[in-house]
Amino acid sequence: MATAIQVNDLWKEYRLGVIGHGTLSHDLQAWWARIRGKQDPNTTIGRPVWDKKTSKVEGDRFWALNDINLTLAAGDVLGIIGKNGSGKSTLLKILSRVAAPTRGIVHIKGRMASLLEVGTGFHPELTGRENIFLNATILGMSKREVRDKLDEIIDFSGVEAFIDTPVKRYSSGMYVRLAFAVAAHLDSEILVVDEVLAVGDAEFQKRCLGKMESISHDGRTILFVSHNLTAVKSLCNKGIVLSEGSLTYAGAAEDAVEFYTGAGMAEQTEWRWDKKEERPGNDFIALTAVSLKPWQGETIDIDSGLVFECSFTNELVNLNLDVAAYFLTRENFLLFEAEMVLHTRRDSQRGEYTVRCVVPPHFLNSGHYNINLLFRESQWHIMLRLDDLISFAVGVSAAAQNCDFRPAPGVLSPKLEWSYRVTKKEESLP
Amino acid sequence: MKSDSTENMNPQTWDIVIKPRTGWFDINFAELWRYRDLILLFVKRDFVSIYKQTILGPLWYILQPLFTTIVFTIIFGKVAKIPTDSLPPFLFYLAGNVMWGYFAATITATSGTFNTNAALFGKVYFPRLTVPIAVVLLNFFQFGIQFLLFLGFFVYFSWQGVAMHMTVWILALPVMLLQMALFSLGVGILVSSLTTKYKDLRFVMTFIVQLWMYATPVVYPLSQVPEWIRPYYVLNPMVALVEEFRLAFMGTSTLQWSYVGISWLVTVLVLASGIILFSRIEKTFMDTV
Repeated sequence: MATAIQVNDLWKEYRLGVIGHGTLSHDLQAWWARIRGKQDPNTTIGRPVWDKKTSKVEGDRFWALNDINLTLAAGDVLGIIGKNGSGKSTLLKILSRVAAPTRGIVHIKGRMASLLEVGTGFHPELTGRENIFLNATILGMSKREVRDKLDEIIDFSGVEAFIDTPVKRYSSGMYVRLAFAVAAHLDSEILVVDEVLAVGDAEFQKRCLGKMESISHDGRTILFVSHNLTAVKSLCNKGIVLSEGSLTYAGAAEDAVEFYTGAGMAEQTEWRWDKKEERPGNDFIALTAVSLKPWQGETIDIDSGLVFECSFTNELVNLNLDVAAYFLTRENFLLFEAEMVLHTRRDSQRGEYTVRCVVPPHFLNSGHYNINLLFRESQWHIMLRLDDLISFAVGVSAAAQNCDFRPAPGVLSPKLEWSYRVTKKEESLP
Repeated sequence: MKSDSTENMNPQTWDIVIKPRTGWFDINFAELWRYRDLILLFVKRDFVSIYKQTILGPLWYILQPLFTTIVFTIIFGKVAKIPTDSLPPFLFYLAGNVMWGYFAATITATSGTFNTNAALFGKVYFPRLTVPIAVVLLNFFQFGIQFLLFLGFFVYFSWQGVAMHMTVWILALPVMLLQMALFSLGVGILVSSLTTKYKDLRFVMTFIVQLWMYATPVVYPLSQVPEWIRPYYVLNPMVALVEEFRLAFMGTSTLQWSYVGISWLVTVLVLASGIILFSRIEKTFMDTV
């Protein structure tokens, strides 16, 4: 088999905080200081950096990708799995040439198109037809190639009737369908797909997955990033698992999924800060440990519920201390506030506290969520606020996985009482 | 491309090689050429989005130089009484405004390339130079409209019997426009690359454009510039361009061949350094926003 993609010793470093100096005057100051043999006056000294990937942070830089090696044959469909922040997106960004690597080299045979987001470059004023041309050329097709495929694309999108209407008049569903239709008909040998399937209605998602399967049967190479493990299993033949920027597993897709779930990497979210100076917080309150675990069972899914636990040291005495956890969707929509009042009689003490909060099963739907944590006084004055403290994923329930990997829409997944009865039999109808 | 070599492929036949930030002269013009359709579609996109929504539409492009020229005629012509090489002041200023208008509009628009397209650049790869090149082409619509306006007044003034004559320089008009486009592109991408690092440059840009106009013979002729300052003055390629334009249509200018040569030299230098810096920035840009 011919090699389609070869990745050698790929490293990617990101610098935290300010990059460059931003203003000319700072650069001039730095340059002047260098000339006089002094230190740059604008360097941050010992700025405490708190990052979830504490192990990876060296000073103000961290490695988003550590020494990735990978070879893909033409026709392979690779599933890339890993937690949020494990380097999946970084890898895709480098492969699709949006970001440059720090070290290493990637060789690619064939043309490559990436779908980090559908509808890239769509312009609201242009008609559907014009946007097909624009979008497809942005993704690397020539005008002639688009013209040849135009009918097919319009047909696939199912918006023939509105194809000469500006897309600003489209519903979001139509918009996405048109965008995916373009993407699905790209003539490139390699396709990079990042969770585009999270959009669109169920029927359209099925068509997209079907289309992806048929693309892979054409012998084209696909790189597919998804949190939908079942989709990865059914679509991909190869799989890799990324963890903290390193390649921890490479093999068949099913084995990779197995490894990922077996190692508990998908579910466990736990952090401890033993050293005082590393603890997120301030002089009053500092976290020592945070964890998020399934309440029942092994993995966090709709059936399991989850337990959020947080330990912190408190220096605030004789106050009415309370803790509030904000649960947000990935789009930063606040779902609810969960609040625990610790003291009501101005009797908070110095010491370590541990708070625990259970989110029952059949409450959060499958998806990605964030937790912001707030420590307050009298439910009013904010003493400490930690945004995006934890991000976690809730999986589809085991029962649902067996029949269909399509997640139900919505952010909540309550188990409601349903019943039915036949109120009129057909033969009795006039 | 995909036809021939899938079976017997040797390692030399890679289509894309992704490396860390590479040398200074790593510019892929072949790729840019492959994306020529995209440039035209960008032009079309911007054209449509400008004209679909505004009521005045192209009329705006006529009013703008017209009012500026009227104001110039009053202030610099009537009040300050700056000589205009014995040409009708109105036509003199209009000629300057038409040329300068293109340059100013183009460098202002292209200097924001990275900032205004950050969302798109973060999603998908395509040669980033397509965006400023599209702006350079698009602005020729504006130029065309304003040029017609100039021609209208030119015919009117000729008919009124004003003494002026077209010269053979008029044949060089396409070359002038090409140089103007190249120079605007060069300045635009140079500034857009620098603004990714020095954000304050974006705010001083309008100021620079304004000052630059006074360093260009828009409101005064080249003949009014003191002799001793001219060797430095003509380093600004817009000097020769504006004067060439007036020479072509109205036949009076103190332009010299050496000025034209210098102007081309500077244009090429600016464009080359712009392209080099731009292609260097485009690789690391996404890490810095």
